[in-house]
Amino acid sequence: MHSNGGVLLKVEGIALAFGGVKALADVSFDIRKGEVRAIIGPNGAGKSSMLNVINGFYRPHAGSITYKGRTVRHMRPHQAAKAGIARTFQNIALFKGMTTLDNIMTGRLLKMRGNFLLDALYVGPARREETAHRAVVEQIIDFLEIQAIRKVPVGRLPYGLQKRVELGRALAAEPDLLLLDEPMAGMNFEEKEDMSRFILDVNEEFGTTIALIEHDMGVVMDISSRIVVLDYGRKIADGTPDEVRRDQAVIDAYLGVAHDGGKGA
Amino acid sequence: MHILYAILIGPFVTMAREPAFLIEVLIGGLLAGVMYSLVALGFVLIYKASGVFNYAQGTMVLFAALTFVGMLEAGLPVLLSLVAVIAVMIVLAFAVERMVLRPLVNQSEIILFMSTLGISYFLVGLGQILWGGDVHPLDIGIPSGPLTVHGILINQLDLYAAIVAGTLVAALALFFQKTRVGRALRAVADDHQAAMSVGIPLKQIWVFIWAIAGLVALAAGIMWGASLGVQFSLELVALKALPVLILGGFTSIPGAIVGGLIVGATEKLGEVFWGPVIGSGVEDWFAYILALIFLLFRPQGLFGERIIQRV
Repeated sequence: MHSNGGVLLKVEGIALAFGGVKALADVSFDIRKGEVRAIIGPNGAGKSSMLNVINGFYRPHAGSITYKGRTVRHMRPHQAAKAGIARTFQNIALFKGMTTLDNIMTGRLLKMRGNFLLDALYVGPARREETAHRAVVEQIIDFLEIQAIRKVPVGRLPYGLQKRVELGRALAAEPDLLLLDEPMAGMNFEEKEDMSRFILDVNEEFGTTIALIEHDMGVVMDISSRIVVLDYGRKIADGTPDEVRRDQAVIDAYLGVAHDGGKGA
Repeated sequence: MHILYAILIGPFVTMAREPAFLIEVLIGGLLAGVMYSLVALGFVLIYKASGVFNYAQGTMVLFAALTFVGMLEAGLPVLLSLVAVIAVMIVLAFAVERMVLRPLVNQSEIILFMSTLGISYFLVGLGQILWGGDVHPLDIGIPSGPLTVHGILINQLDLYAAIVAGTLVAALALFFQKTRVGRALRAVADDHQAAMSVGIPLKQIWVFIWAIAGLVALAAGIMWGASLGVQFSLELVALKALPVLILGGFTSIPGAIVGGLIVGATEKLGEVFWGPVIGSGVEDWFAYILALIFLLFRPQGLFGERIIQRV
């Protein structure tokens, strides 16, 4: 929506296989600065695998990733995090024993650079730094409207709120690229509306580039500027919501299509 | 009726009659308990940060103490030996991460547990090759005679050990709760994948935590060694940490402390006051029975995170 045309991330010819199963084959697309980019496709299309390649959980067997102008074959997860890529997970990966506040604070870890020893003793600069980071985290908590659950261990929170805390943790890193894996899965209509609003607000207020996987077509068409469609690990379409909606290959992939072999039978 | 009286009431009558003696026994027990806490702490640290139950913790206690004694016997000054052993324990941490944890990443807990059995046997073997199988006396210059405070006898060695252990435990508890690295460690303990996604380098964290556990083992090893002599049975003494963990909870540092104190105090009371009635040796089995009771009624321990399973 606020895309200014510059390419933030480009993947080219990505291939990935688990044993004999091809998860991704020759997938290429780019993500422009400031846009909301959706990745959609039927179950097992390779969407999550694609996100895992981008943030370094998976090492692709072929292809390259160009991020902020630097081309590499593979980034390690903590390198990706350092380079400004934050993410959420399909099956919520929060630190369940820690409070909402502490969970979001972990998102600030890379922003902290105290002396290790002073930090261990919790004196001097380390203490001041902690306070400064707390301020940022409190802003995020306000932004996501989760003040009431600041001190609650997240394991006790309902699903929808956990998703929100996870978004908060990702935001705490002040990412340049935010990867959201099914941020609205399992939510009811109202929760989805809230989450959509947060995602758009993040995009507009902070200018964060967002790549998201989502199954709810209504939401995807509403909030994304461009959409990549994957099917069986291959890219079958790429374009604006309107273009993708009319694309025959996409319609076939979602609704199924009679194959030649099936006609005579 | 007589036997019931002897078990249920008699010991308490004795306690009430000789309060000074009771306090003496209690203090002795608590001081010994601090030592259990120290060993248990090593288990908790590694379990928290990597979800691995490190069976080799007891052997690390032994190995650290052996190496320390070995260097002293080779004629190195105390301070230099200490620095050298610390270096050895740090190298060990690097080796464990590189050769055991890294190749087994994402394997199930039981496999990681089995691998620590391997580490344990390896360390026992290495210790024997390097330093032999004899009992080595260890004198670290703490007077061993008892101290008298208000007519109550306190073993000086136990007292020093408790002070060292207490300081270590307090420092580590603060470190875990209050610092950035501590928070990172707790995060890793909770969810590896999420921890990596916020930029925590897992491998460095593992080396770090194994090194800390190694240092805790060293402290425990020196203290136990000073009172019992450095010998291979130290490994078994260290297993007393298991009931402590069950009492305190595997993930809780305060739990390890309180668990250690409870085990230390109750087993000593049991030995002294119930031993004459039901036979001596209470000290040897009491902690395990206590752990069994806890497993039945409160499997997560006193301070462990509650086990909630959603289905």
